Amino acid sequence: MNIILNGSSREVPDNLTAGGLIFELGLTNTRLALEVNQQIVPRSTFETHHIKPDDKVEIVQAIGGG
Amino acid sequence: MSTVMHSQQRPSTDPLVIAGTEYHSRLLVGTGKYRDLEETRAATEASGAEIVTVAIRRTNIGQNPDEPNLLDVISPDHYTLLPNTAGCYTAEDAVRTCRLARELLDGHDLVKLEVLGDETTLFPDIVQTIKATETLVKDGFKIMVYTNDDPIIAKHFEDMGCVAVMPLAAPIGSGLGIRNPYNILTIVENASVPILVDAGVGTASDAAIAMELGCDGVLMNTAIAGARDPLLMASAMKKAIEAGRDAFRAGRIPRKRYASASSPIDGTFF
Repeated sequence: MNIILNGSSREVPDNLTAGGLIFELGLTNTRLALEVNQQIVPRSTFETHHIKPDDKVEIVQAIGGG
Repeated sequence: MSTVMHSQQRPSTDPLVIAGTEYHSRLLVGTGKYRDLEETRAATEASGAEIVTVAIRRTNIGQNPDEPNLLDVISPDHYTLLPNTAGCYTAEDAVRTCRLARELLDGHDLVKLEVLGDETTLFPDIVQTIKATETLVKDGFKIMVYTNDDPIIAKHFEDMGCVAVMPLAAPIGSGLGIRNPYNILTIVENASVPILVDAGVGTASDAAIAMELGCDGVLMNTAIAGARDPLLMASAMKKAIEAGRDAFRAGRIPRKRYASASSPIDGTFF
């Protein structure tokens, strides 16, 4: 299926969970926050939250800033 | 017998209290514009800051996942992280950023709210900032709000429930110093939450002036990160903040137009 990940189109396996996506991207041990269609997906529900086709997924982290 | 005065630790009797938490440094620093993470780490350490701002941005999906992360050098275990909403021009984007930050930092709800109005001045959009404040206060956030040096607006933010109000000294990154000290003084005199100057500081004396005016702290980034020697400037700022605070607490002498001799007139033999 296709999703929009951080603003770019991306093919990912069907029936992927949020946790699965994080794993797929090699970000398992990264401190991040995830939003699907502007709704936060809490880390505690990563394994049960299923990504759907055309979902808009944002993955963010802390970077340097004032 | 001579006594040697050792340099003393800062007395813990004068803490900065924000949302019920005591801090011993009144210098808050940003983590942007450094050459690399090592410089960020070293300058932050040299500043003695306990509260450190970070930005929330998209993870670079292409990048090597083992690449060092800001939070590896600025650990949430050692610093109070203050996520900011820099780059947001609407209340909606700022609220969304704060919610993501809270999730990212495991429920940490202290945030720096800044909603900008225009790219040239980076002045705050007060209408949008008020809208965001209303939503975030209801949502349980503890807000340190970036605002103009306007005493009326500053009081409004306090009344709305912000835990600290942070008027600008001058435009972000401008290094122009405190352009309106009388307004900052009025804001301080009216306040019952901490007032921190945020943005516009250029050098150590600017920070000292903010503290001498009675500000509770100063938040800066560019003045340190953009200095030729950021570590040395971080250390200079730390001292300036301490000196300015001590001078404020000590109470300066009144200004007089004419001289007042320091040595007594009595006992002169000429």
